[in-house]
Amino acid sequence: MSVPFLYALVGIGLFCLGFHGLIVYDHLLRKILAINIMGSGVFLVLVALAKRGGEAAPDPVPHAMVITGIVVAVSATALALGLMLKVQAATGHAVLPGKSRD
Amino acid sequence: MEGMTWLGWSFDAFVGAGLLWLAWRALASPDLFKAVVLFVAFGLLLALAWVRLEAPDVALAEAAIGAGLTGALLIAALTRLGISMASGRHRNNNKEEL
Amino acid sequence: MAGYAWLLRLLLLLLAVGLGYAVLSLPDQAQGLQPDVLGKMDQSGVTHPVTAVLLNFRGYDTLLEMAVLLLALLGIWSLGGLPEARPESEPGPVLGTLTQVLVPVLIVVAGYLLWTGAHAPGGAFQAGAVLGAAGVLLQLTGWRLPRRAAGHPLRITLVAGVAVFLIVAALPLPGGRQLLEYDPNYAGVLILVVEAFATVSIGVTLAALFFGADPTDKAPK
Repeated sequence: MSVPFLYALVGIGLFCLGFHGLIVYDHLLRKILAINIMGSGVFLVLVALAKRGGEAAPDPVPHAMVITGIVVAVSATALALGLMLKVQAATGHAVLPGKSRD
Repeated sequence: MEGMTWLGWSFDAFVGAGLLWLAWRALASPDLFKAVVLFVAFGLLLALAWVRLEAPDVALAEAAIGAGLTGALLIAALTRLGISMASGRHRNNNKEEL
Repeated sequence: MAGYAWLLRLLLLLLAVGLGYAVLSLPDQAQGLQPDVLGKMDQSGVTHPVTAVLLNFRGYDTLLEMAVLLLALLGIWSLGGLPEARPESEPGPVLGTLTQVLVPVLIVVAGYLLWTGAHAPGGAFQAGAVLGAAGVLLQLTGWRLPRRAAGHPLRITLVAGVAVFLIVAALPLPGGRQLLEYDPNYAGVLILVVEAFATVSIGVTLAALFFGADPTDKAPK
């Protein structure tokens, strides 16, 4: 196993960790953090697999995709945080309706 | 050269383990403010991982957007939720939402 | 819910093992699209491969990405704006002085990143993010957009990045070329123009996302 595969496996671990958090936690801010961690895991797999050329320079296409992805992730996060604040303003708690608070 | 590869390997293992640990703590810590700070630290460590993977463009974008601006947005959302930075709890009723 | 916690962990473990197996079964050595990109670099107008992919070869992605950024801001504005973040303490003298020093530096850094993107790591998104950070710092010290700049000037700045990109993308159409198919002789200049407008728009959009409300709204809730 080489270094790119080590990082790819870490990326898979982050994806599953974030997925677990997304399902388990009720607070919406934590769900947003979990989605961001899932996304980071996907980015890590993409960039790690781009560096399989050994000593040669890595593949620039996944790098460009990940830069695009980072900007889309921050846009989605900003919108999600806005929706979360509106949920709190409407119900008093930043938790999806139908979820117990503890 | 042998020593350098060993050093690189242990560094990569350290970064990988640190990423997983920070992600886990950011999700599991009961204090929301602490969770956000850990998430920002996670983003900065991830920028280090991009450099190790020879992706300096991604590292720059991650450090500026992923860690910096997302962190600012998250902390602004925390203050708008009325969660105090000192304790990570609600300022008004001092109740904690998990 | 608690009774199913072990089942959830088991399923996620299976998912992790499956994904790990899939990744490890990929070939150890792969060039991907790198030879194709390097083979066409002389037609891209820039010498840095990532910038060439972002703004020339895969220009569609970048164009639509800027539209996504704008849509996120429109989404927040159409929610009626977020309540203004109340700082826990008044901004101190350190923050004020730091901002005075840092904002001009950040603007210069953004310009440098934009220019250097043609041949080295950098480019519109990194430069835009640095500009956005300057905007966030200014807002933390209590600075607000002046009333006369909050209406049309702000909106035109927000849209300029996508608009200029679309115009430049459509330029090759009358010549019988396809959308975004730049003439290799002018590609470098066109990319710099697109990136310059994109940087300003991205920076202002990110700062506006942090502010979280349409500044022309009379009564923020």
